[in-house]
Amino acid sequence: MGKIWRVSGPLVIADDMKGAQVYEVVEIGEEGLVGEIVGLEGTKAIIQAHEDTLGLKVGEVVRGMGRVLSAELGPGLVGSIYDGLQKSLLTLGENIGPFIKRGAKASALPRNKKWQFTPKVKAGDAVSQGDIIGTVPETNLVEHRIMVPLGIKGKIKEIRQGDYTVEEPVAWVEYNGEVKELTLMQEWPVRKPRPYKQRSDPSGLLTTGMRILDYMFPLALGGKASIPGGFGTGKTVALQQLARWAQTHLNIYVGCGERGNEMADVLSSFRELKDPNTGRLLQEKEIFIANTSNMPVVAREASIFVGITMAEYFRDMGYDILLVADSTSRWAEAMREMSGRLEEMPGEEGFPSYMGSRLSSFYERAGMVKCLGSPEREGSVTVAGAVSPPGADFSEPVTQNTLRIIDALYALDVSLANKRHFPAISWLTSYSLYVDAVKDWWNEHDPGWEHTRAGALRILQQEAELEEIVRLVGPEALPEGDKLLLLTARMIREDFLQQSAYNEVDTYCAPAKAGLMLKTIMKFYELTQEMLNSGAGMESIRSSAMVYRISRMKDIPNEDFEQKVKELWSEMEQSLVTGKRVP
Amino acid sequence: MDFSSLYVKEGRAISKAKGALLIAESIPGIQFNEMVDVRLGNGEVKSGQAIDISEDATIVEVFGGVSEVDLVGSTIRCKGETLKLPVSNDILGRIFNGMGEPIDGGPRLIPEDYLDINGEPMNPALREPPAEFIETGISAIDGLNALVRGQKLPIFSGSGLPHNRIVAQVIRQATVKGKEERFALVFAAIGISYDDASFFMRDLERTGALERTVAFINTASDPVIERISTPRLALTAAEYLAWKQHMHVLVILTDMTNYCEALRELSSMREEIPSRRGYPGYMYTDLATMYERAGRISGKEGSVTIMPILTMPDDDITHPIPDLTGYITEGQIVLSRNLERKGIYPPIDVFLSLSRMMKEGIGPGKTREDHNNVFMQSYAAYAEGCYLREISTIIGAEALGERDKIYLTAADEFERRFISQGESEKRTVENTLDTAWGLFSALPEEDLKLIKEDFIKKYLPKYRK
Repeated sequence: MGKIWRVSGPLVIADDMKGAQVYEVVEIGEEGLVGEIVGLEGTKAIIQAHEDTLGLKVGEVVRGMGRVLSAELGPGLVGSIYDGLQKSLLTLGENIGPFIKRGAKASALPRNKKWQFTPKVKAGDAVSQGDIIGTVPETNLVEHRIMVPLGIKGKIKEIRQGDYTVEEPVAWVEYNGEVKELTLMQEWPVRKPRPYKQRSDPSGLLTTGMRILDYMFPLALGGKASIPGGFGTGKTVALQQLARWAQTHLNIYVGCGERGNEMADVLSSFRELKDPNTGRLLQEKEIFIANTSNMPVVAREASIFVGITMAEYFRDMGYDILLVADSTSRWAEAMREMSGRLEEMPGEEGFPSYMGSRLSSFYERAGMVKCLGSPEREGSVTVAGAVSPPGADFSEPVTQNTLRIIDALYALDVSLANKRHFPAISWLTSYSLYVDAVKDWWNEHDPGWEHTRAGALRILQQEAELEEIVRLVGPEALPEGDKLLLLTARMIREDFLQQSAYNEVDTYCAPAKAGLMLKTIMKFYELTQEMLNSGAGMESIRSSAMVYRISRMKDIPNEDFEQKVKELWSEMEQSLVTGKRVP
Repeated sequence: MDFSSLYVKEGRAISKAKGALLIAESIPGIQFNEMVDVRLGNGEVKSGQAIDISEDATIVEVFGGVSEVDLVGSTIRCKGETLKLPVSNDILGRIFNGMGEPIDGGPRLIPEDYLDINGEPMNPALREPPAEFIETGISAIDGLNALVRGQKLPIFSGSGLPHNRIVAQVIRQATVKGKEERFALVFAAIGISYDDASFFMRDLERTGALERTVAFINTASDPVIERISTPRLALTAAEYLAWKQHMHVLVILTDMTNYCEALRELSSMREEIPSRRGYPGYMYTDLATMYERAGRISGKEGSVTIMPILTMPDDDITHPIPDLTGYITEGQIVLSRNLERKGIYPPIDVFLSLSRMMKEGIGPGKTREDHNNVFMQSYAAYAEGCYLREISTIIGAEALGERDKIYLTAADEFERRFISQGESEKRTVENTLDTAWGLFSALPEEDLKLIKEDFIKKYLPKYRK
């Protein structure tokens, strides 16, 4: 128990704090604002306040809580909306209305709700940390597996079946004569990665329904990706699309220092949209963290770590989880603000020198692992973080530090966005190091993948080179072969890479459809090259009805696609070749 | 009765005065960000705010600067509260300065409530996504960058560009289709010239809008530090009207560049570590805490829509002020010097402009079913034309193919007939969309790939009777 010695924005220094530890949670002042100790100096504790410090006085009380910042984990997480400190925003809304007053408290998991618990082990069974002792059907899409908390082992003395709240004991474990109660809920310090048995390499495709990702720059389960882009390039829409359609067991959307209206938009769309495979509402497999830009700065860091901790917890149940964070730059800025107040020696552009390691401590928690405990299971956390570089200049420190950690880059391009080419992911600067990791997956589903992908990327690269010549001599002065290449490249760009997030059909493109779409364009290129060789002119190719038909492929629903595209191919074979071939 | 409130805390030992800061011996019981009165030796009183408090010292920021402060005779008197705006029903039609004091010669308000000018963050889970289309009567906005209620959509301008005239036109013309609702305007002039401020006030008076307006005026000659409080006062008034009086409020903040300059000035006085170009590292957060006050609340009547104006230094959109603003706001309307030189009014650069909330506000029942398709096709065609225009400056228009020439002409026509319009011309959204269809008829029909076939049959002039 200490008292406030100094207040300067989110920085509070408290005196008489002997015995406190770094990262211990404190309650500041009479209102009990949440803060975290970031440093100790003699009897003084340096505290970052997670809530607005307006109106605090020197001498007010500061209470150490004797624990570090932790997340509550248990049934009730799925479908919830939290702030950066894992307070339930809907509960806060019910209690205090539409504006958030500081110091207001709300627990993460509902305390009065009963969950139907079905045991998977029986009395007398030996259990240890990570073992699944039972399940709770949390939503229609997520079965919550109750695990033995870390550090507990022994023999099950008693286990019950029935409806329980998260605080009521459901099982008793005995070890060396000591009996411990297990509830449906546990806690975990957010800055500490949850342990696992063994780490494996990312593998298997994380299906996103976005063609440029799935087909061109795939993301593997357990991978880490970054989406940097200037304002208006569609970072948020791209991340929302990922969170909507990624074929995982559960997605976590962290809105860190971003717009409130967009958050409202995401929330309302998840209440309406349905998962393409199960037909259930998307919010049944989603957790939201909303720490908008006007909410306290320091809580941005907490929001990121609370998110990744929840992701790891569900990973430990043997699930594949995707976490998207929009935007990590806001978190980095929060670090900069705090570091400035602490008068630390600044690194590049005022960011603290430890920013790089802090960012890695988040991204490195992604991965595919063999989980602790029995039964044997594998889970993964995939992370995609947005970066908002000032002036869309990728040489700035946050982007550069992020690039050192991640293995897939989806670079958003301002000029593409200005032309309204969405998603504005540049095919020239983006990359994915997971091509090998997903090769097996693709070979199983679409044997020609590597070949088609490489061919299309080559055409796009050649287009970029030709583009420079066109700027000097004009498009008409090119040889016919190059004109055809430009036409094909344009078709790849407009009819394949461009994908509308707002078109009901196009918003989710199954990988099988994506493959067939690109193959159709490549087939068109092959056939028309033959036409050129046999003396046909570019005009007849450009005016072919097939060009228009191909541009409408996007509108064909996933289910009918294979049938429809076969018809298209046979038409192409007839109309693009017949009568034009020289004997 | 609480006797402690009668006890006025006062500090006398001021050890340092520089720029706008006073450093004094610790004043017991002072609150962080509390308002204080600084009483000078000559009896003059200045307002200030405690920005850093500790057992060692209290640092006070003085509004209006520390000129004439002497270290011996001056005292700091605590007011016991943070900066608050008195509000009541009578606030409409009034004009205030950057401290919230009336400057229109009228009486002081009899306050119904005092509101903290920093507001409280809106719970994102209880926000209602903005979706009501505001018809501004300007084609380049309504057709391509539609504004919706609850949105924050800034105008990125340059010095000498007609942003004031465009905003005045928006104020005159903005309506929500088919609705008769309580509407109010909150206008904040931040460090702009007296002439610019009086242009707006005259225009409001002329159109009779003044009586549903609250204005906060801080002109270029007023104290710099009050530029920090001016927009906050305006937003506090807006929130009061929206959430307590259930009105739909449009907030105009001009010019936010002056606000950011003031923030930089203050930050350097506080000796903080600067970020890009000397602006403080927290400028994003600082701007966000204001712009995020726009929005709608589910289950509540009323809304706050914010339209800030900022002039981009040297027309540079990557300058920290427009850059950080663009990351916070839901799009931007960018003015182009090129179009202005061509004599096009309003000179709106439709490529750099964007409205993120547009898709929610348009479509059947809101504007018209073909709106989204027309929007996408217009962009595609105009982009194509502009690209060809660029090429043709090198190789000459003659070297282009027939199809390309059509697009080149279409781009010119688009600027002349669609973007350009009169300053008092109010186009309905149907009118705007039909103008676009008129331009599409010059293009090859099979090129209209982004429009649904039924819409082509329904709206393309040649199929219409």
